[in-house]
Amino acid sequence: MKPAQLANQSSSWFGAEGPGWDIVISSRVRLARNLADYEFLSCLTPGRQQEILDKLSEAILSLSLGDEVYFMDVDRAATLERQLLTERHLISRQHAAGKGPRGVVVSAKESFTAMINEEDHLRMQVYAAGFNLGDCWKRINAIDDMIEQKVRYAYSERWGYLTACPTNVGTGIRVSVMLHLPALKMTGQIEKFVTAARDADLAVRGLFGEGTDALGDFYQLSNQVTLGVREEDVVRELSDNIVPRIVDYEKAARQVLLEQKPHTLDDKIQRALGVLKSACLISSQEALYLLSSVRLGVNLGRVPNLSLTTINELFLLTQPAHLQLRAGKMLDADQRDALRAQIIRQKLANN
Amino acid sequence: MLCQICKENTATIHLTEISHGQRRETHLCQRCAQQQGLGVQPQIPLNELLSSLLQAAKTATDSQEKTVNFSHPDKTCPVCGMTLQRFSETSLLGCPEDYKHFEKELGPLIERTHAGHSHHCGKVPAHAGQEMKKEVELLHLRRQLEQAVKAEDYETAARLRDQIRQYQ
Ligand SMILES: [Zn+2]
Ligand SMILES: [Zn+2]
Repeated sequence: MKPAQLANQSSSWFGAEGPGWDIVISSRVRLARNLADYEFLSCLTPGRQQEILDKLSEAILSLSLGDEVYFMDVDRAATLERQLLTERHLISRQHAAGKGPRGVVVSAKESFTAMINEEDHLRMQVYAAGFNLGDCWKRINAIDDMIEQKVRYAYSERWGYLTACPTNVGTGIRVSVMLHLPALKMTGQIEKFVTAARDADLAVRGLFGEGTDALGDFYQLSNQVTLGVREEDVVRELSDNIVPRIVDYEKAARQVLLEQKPHTLDDKIQRALGVLKSACLISSQEALYLLSSVRLGVNLGRVPNLSLTTINELFLLTQPAHLQLRAGKMLDADQRDALRAQIIRQKLANN
Repeated sequence: MLCQICKENTATIHLTEISHGQRRETHLCQRCAQQQGLGVQPQIPLNELLSSLLQAAKTATDSQEKTVNFSHPDKTCPVCGMTLQRFSETSLLGCPEDYKHFEKELGPLIERTHAGHSHHCGKVPAHAGQEMKKEVELLHLRRQLEQAVKAEDYETAARLRDQIRQYQ
């Protein structure tokens, strides 16, 4: 499987339907693991790094995961291919920019990925569409059990699973949800969400764009404490307590907009739709921003004949590497903006 | 410095994210930061907290607050060669043994980044226990072997090689 083949298709967890997916786009659980007999990446020779890559990829590829899996060599991949994998959240930016023998095992539906030789020897994650953290944990825990039959993890009685950075030590678990919170943003209440997250020791990140920019009102919420907690409890806290509360805030904000500012709301949605349907050049930032408004409109029933799947797909397919691999060549910024606008116009016209 | 988003107002909120030893800085004005959901008191990412604790440790005086003391920044792990100094620059350790070798120095740091927790209470791998000791010993022997070979001490190297074989 070549990464380029992914450029035209949506992914099972991003584009798809799932419980509560109007607000919680997707759920993810990640585990960080290291092999017992090896140094961490910072002190590893290239030869031993290759050994780890061989060992772990072989172990994971031999599992029956109920879904076809394939290996991609990140070290030998072209820059654009690495960027595509990053845009699809199959590998991290750090993994794309890393050094030496490294790779990723991906399941055909992209709901399971295992980065080998990122910051830790193994970082695997399970994704699900919508709000479904419990299933993600069950699945990744079972996969972890199977891998553990084949390799020995670095583990200490006191510190648990040992990780290269002490911020992940213990369970090595990162539980996260991707949230779309446009109404909280529009009503100036995003602080409410950030405060709730902070009180619970959770990290908030903008989903698209660099660093802290929350382009298009997409946020990723995840646990930070990994030591001295049970995996099930981390999952439960987010899935039974924090996330439902944030979803309620967003729903309330949407209701307020519908009742008190229906014209402001419709104006924002329809203007966004108008620009997307007619623009000839559109930057990825502008696209994210406008698609976010249209997505809200679809969720509130203000845009008939347009499906959430189409909108979700557009978020993914209009990112820079996706566009260029689809075009089959490098494109400069203007050419990308033109192709992006064209794809959006076509998709929206068909609906 | 101008805000990176609106490019109009002066940036008053400066965020530093440190991951994988790389620094990324973001400069925003208050309005844009608030719109981005970052508020006036942005949440401190754990990595940053860890780094600032490490910084504090480096410049620590006799204050009561002092929980970490890297009085020996050149303390070195015998297995991988990692030093406390290098760790404080990147937040990354060199090998599993570091958790034991630097336990005294790392302990308070780890507790502070994990809401005061100091012991694992989650999943336990089936192989844990006995196996652990063996692994650490093996890593250690391998390191000694490397040094013996480097020093052209082939007698010691041969002995170490035999020991490693016995373990495996
Ligand atoms: Zn600004
Ligand atoms: Zn070490």
